[in-house]
Amino acid sequence: MITVAVDRADDARSWIERANPTHPSLIDEHHRLGELYNMVNVPTVVWIDETGRITRPNDVAFTTEKGGRYANVSTDEQMALLRNWVRGQLPPPSDDEIRQRMAPLSDESRVARAHFGLGWWLHQAGRQDAAQHQFQIGGELAPDDFMIRRGAMPLRGSDPFGPEFVEMVTDWLALGHTYYLPLPVE
Amino acid sequence: MASLVLLDVGQPTQVEATIDESGVWIDAAGVKAALGWELKPEGLCRDATCIPVAGRPGLMNDGQMNLEGLAELLRRPFAHSPEEGVAYIGPAMELFDHTVKTLEAPDFTLPDLGGRFHSLSEHRGSKVLLAVWASW
Repeated sequence: MITVAVDRADDARSWIERANPTHPSLIDEHHRLGELYNMVNVPTVVWIDETGRITRPNDVAFTTEKGGRYANVSTDEQMALLRNWVRGQLPPPSDDEIRQRMAPLSDESRVARAHFGLGWWLHQAGRQDAAQHQFQIGGELAPDDFMIRRGAMPLRGSDPFGPEFVEMVTDWLALGHTYYLPLPVE
Repeated sequence: MASLVLLDVGQPTQVEATIDESGVWIDAAGVKAALGWELKPEGLCRDATCIPVAGRPGLMNDGQMNLEGLAELLRRPFAHSPEEGVAYIGPAMELFDHTVKTLEAPDFTLPDLGGRFHSLSEHRGSKVLLAVWASW
């Protein structure tokens, strides 16, 4: 298992230290994985086989039923499927099945992430007003790309679980959006 | 001429640029230094790939390339902050296209909290559950 926090180290530190993992627990403050794997929110999981090949692409998964209810997935079913895969008891999907489940980022998301990257650099350079402006542009360009809207919250000094987040998710859910359709559990 | 920080997927290079109402313009040396693409008679080239630039309106002017037009040519997203003197060019579409075609999980190298770097490719030979999360 490899876990990656798309966070600044200091934002992820307390969580990692409390979990005390024995697997590689990495920090991706530049959101590289979001770009490499076209991830638009967290948590996102990918299954990779022994040859380095994607066998199950971007999916939403939680370790608790409470989290699973948020995304309308069954944690128990997902964990059972995962165990079967690890034990070699799961027939591999076809290449076409895997590809059908892989979606490119929208053009708006790609440009929005360029603004986020610009904002991140400005943030590190201490130019906070200019950084916030770029995060705002990115969030407006791609409101469904939570890597940008929620990812920028700690950088803006905003509580990612505070009133702004609640309002954002309420509006988002009211529009019928999802960030990934959960993959079939079969 | 002004100094511009050009971020190639976050990697900064300082280049000289002309900034006017038509956009940001940088010369061939700046394009090569920042992005690794070289302007040759056959076009814009890197490794074995050359992309023709002749006949593309608005891309070239007096030996300089329009940065936004260049990003579009390379199928990469572009963002610019003129007042801060910095521009960002994101990853190319070909990266995802390659992933979909090959289904190879893109390799990455990232640090842990102790500063030690780990790569996905180190785990070849084992199944990997890659779980991406955040404090937000």
